[in-house]
Amino acid sequence: MSDAAKAPRERPLSPHLQVWRWHITMATSIAHRATGVALYVGALIAAAWAVCLASGPDAYAAFKAVMGSPIGLLVMFGLTVSFFYHLANGIRHLVWDAGHGYDLKSANASAVFVFAFTAAATLAIWLIAAMTGAI
Amino acid sequence: MVSYRTPLSRARGLGAARHGVTHWISERVGAVALVPLTLWGVFAVLRLAAGDYDFAVHWIAQPLNAVLMVLLLGISFWHMASGLRVVIEDYIHVTLNKSALLILNLFVCGLAGALAIFSILKVAFGGGAY
Repeated sequence: MSDAAKAPRERPLSPHLQVWRWHITMATSIAHRATGVALYVGALIAAAWAVCLASGPDAYAAFKAVMGSPIGLLVMFGLTVSFFYHLANGIRHLVWDAGHGYDLKSANASAVFVFAFTAAATLAIWLIAAMTGAI
Repeated sequence: MVSYRTPLSRARGLGAARHGVTHWISERVGAVALVPLTLWGVFAVLRLAAGDYDFAVHWIAQPLNAVLMVLLLGISFWHMASGLRVVIEDYIHVTLNKSALLILNLFVCGLAGALAIFSILKVAFGGGAY
């Protein structure tokens, strides 16, 4: 009965980020959230574009000047990466939701594919942008 | 067979009044719709970035472009609101802060989405503001 008088024992805490060995499926999960939040900002920029378009040529020119500046282009590049990542990984999630590709081998392989697709698609779009005079 | 469960217990066993699945499915249907819409959106950004104000006004005045842009913006803002909602629910556990952020998220998405869609429709119906 002496146990009851003691201070409560230290209960185990649920494992958190620092105790896990990093693996690729974990990275894809974290990156999906991070890119989702980045695209949230991107959508607000898209809304600003629409409002500037409706406001007239001066506002539109100001918007294009901001987005065409080095910082604007850096933001657009980040949004391109975020978009293609979120798109590919989102489709991966939809496949999972349909009940396929859950085993470790498939999940790892699709994770590698998502990262490779993101890099290739981002590069392709910026090459097209450079060739069509978009940047 | 006679059930000995109380009415409250039976009601709890029914789950979230059958609304939980609706929310889950509608999130996924929105995500499926965004796959073609956002790919079109990339094409749109490339065209618009290469053009000037007059080009953008004429481009948005095309019915297909106006409708696809409104759908893209509307479904995107809805998808964002439900996505960030889950992020807030996962990380913020103080009730007041959580409620405030959830409402802020909804209001930001609602306001930005409404402004964006109204702006597109204004240009599509009325042309540019010269």
